Amino acid sequence: MSVDRATVAKIASLARINMSEADLDTMVPEFNTILNFVDQLSEVDVSGVEPMTAVIPNKLRLRADAVNADPLTGGGIRDKILANAPVAEHGFFGVPKVIE
Amino acid sequence: MTELTELGIKAIREGVKAGDFSAREVAEGFNANIASAEALNAFITATPDHALKAADAVDAARAKGEELGSMAGVPIGVKDLFATQGVQTSAASHILEGFKPEYESTVSRKLWEAGAGMLGKLNLDQFAMGSSNESSYFGEVVSPWRKQGSDAKLAPGGSSGGSSAAVAARLAPAATGTDTGGSIRQPAAFTGITGIKPTYGRCSRWGIVAFASSLDQAGPMAKDVTDCAIMLEAMAGFDPKDSTSLDLPVPDWEAALSSDLTGKKIGIPKEYRMDGLAADVAKAWDDGIQWLKDAGAEVVDISLPHTKYALASYYIIAPAEASSNLARYDGVRYGLRDLPEGANLQDMYAATRAAGFGDEVKRRILIGTYVLSAGFYDAYYTQAQKVRTLVQRDFMSAFEQCDVILAPTAPTAAFALGEKTGDPLEMYMGDVFSVPASLAGLPAMSVPSGLNADGLPLGLQIIGKPFDEQGVLNAGLALEERAGFTAKPQKWW
Repeated sequence: MSVDRATVAKIASLARINMSEADLDTMVPEFNTILNFVDQLSEVDVSGVEPMTAVIPNKLRLRADAVNADPLTGGGIRDKILANAPVAEHGFFGVPKVIE
Repeated sequence: MTELTELGIKAIREGVKAGDFSAREVAEGFNANIASAEALNAFITATPDHALKAADAVDAARAKGEELGSMAGVPIGVKDLFATQGVQTSAASHILEGFKPEYESTVSRKLWEAGAGMLGKLNLDQFAMGSSNESSYFGEVVSPWRKQGSDAKLAPGGSSGGSSAAVAARLAPAATGTDTGGSIRQPAAFTGITGIKPTYGRCSRWGIVAFASSLDQAGPMAKDVTDCAIMLEAMAGFDPKDSTSLDLPVPDWEAALSSDLTGKKIGIPKEYRMDGLAADVAKAWDDGIQWLKDAGAEVVDISLPHTKYALASYYIIAPAEASSNLARYDGVRYGLRDLPEGANLQDMYAATRAAGFGDEVKRRILIGTYVLSAGFYDAYYTQAQKVRTLVQRDFMSAFEQCDVILAPTAPTAAFALGEKTGDPLEMYMGDVFSVPASLAGLPAMSVPSGLNADGLPLGLQIIGKPFDEQGVLNAGLALEERAGFTAKPQKWW
């Protein structure tokens, strides 16, 4: 199966990555080469086979129902969370105006 | 006295403990090697002060007669995918350039607690996506190895290419790596060093920049099997902050090392003897079979029938998980922001991600977005996960007949930088022997077997049962003792 230029442009838009016409010139054939390669999976008989959900059997655990059970992942660290933000104002992340 | 930078983990730890030399002298030696090896571009950030501070703490503890940790006095390199508090953690990307984590990854924290120090943050393929270390925003890493009679630049492997180059060039006695589809084993094979990816869940993923979460595992890259056992012990262990962390005790792998394979069965997968396998790699594999027989093992032929489809399954699952994981880079919370004049929030996301991600990362995000999109999810993603189940079943049936599996690590020795960059698919094909064990979550290791006719190292791979790192390490040790690999790259940098 191969996809056209409009489809790749649509996927790039869904993935929130700007692509120029020149970018698409390179990406479309590469995209199709990879898709053609993975298409061989359709020939595998998978009847009765469950898709893998966990590679090593493991149960999801619940953490202790306590405030700041692990301080590393607990609360009260606003300044640390904002420390790497490109724009932080008044204790919040700054973004361009979203409501006209 | 041997030059300190020739020593590995065990020799450094024991020399420091015995007082033959100080931890500071060791750290100073490696810091100096790093400072004079810029031509290799193995490090993105050197942290000589971190290494010296940790060394001084070990020397002080020893002077006071305190008990020393299992990595005491050993300075290591850290792949720049592990969050290190206050030290740039870039994932070799532009989008995370300048990101200084406020926290330490579990794996690196455990290493510091065991007495190790940090020499610096090592270069890698951007977001660990690549097999040659050419996709780094901070430039390619150059292997310290060269073909005989040539000065062409070779790939150190990837994605842990800074780690492999640094250990091979004696810039670090050991380094952390991560392996999603072979990113510890293939670079180890290309540079004549040893590396192990443990069972999925052995090492906490907390604080490791995520690529494909169901596959990512950390592991050590070092000079030999014993050093790998020591360092893996320090890295592994249950961590409640990683929901897939294994709640199992960490075995004493170092103490239980034994190269006597009497009574063990070694499986040789017939599907790995495929077209395109280089003759020197096939010869190395045959040597390995003889060595394991010599160590007392019985060799049995096994079949892993879905090997052919493993790579295609991987190149759906890994990009799918990557497209989801990398959605977090939005120019809001950390990293790069590109805000064109008059741009709204959506424009900012798209501009930031266009400017911040490299070509290979974009390619994988797009493929991942496509295979997860409505209408294609079942045909691609669900199908790939079903094939993944079949790949794992192949291994489980094989392990009814054998204890560990022996195979090559990579289909060729190191290739030249630039040789495969024009064709992403050709690059992916190099992962053909390493990806199946990753899909099945199995422990797997690469051990150097010798040099080919060009004077380049080749690696042999041991794949073990889930949780049986010991079986893998022991077979690795048996290979190592018989291979007698002592070759080193000639210093040209």
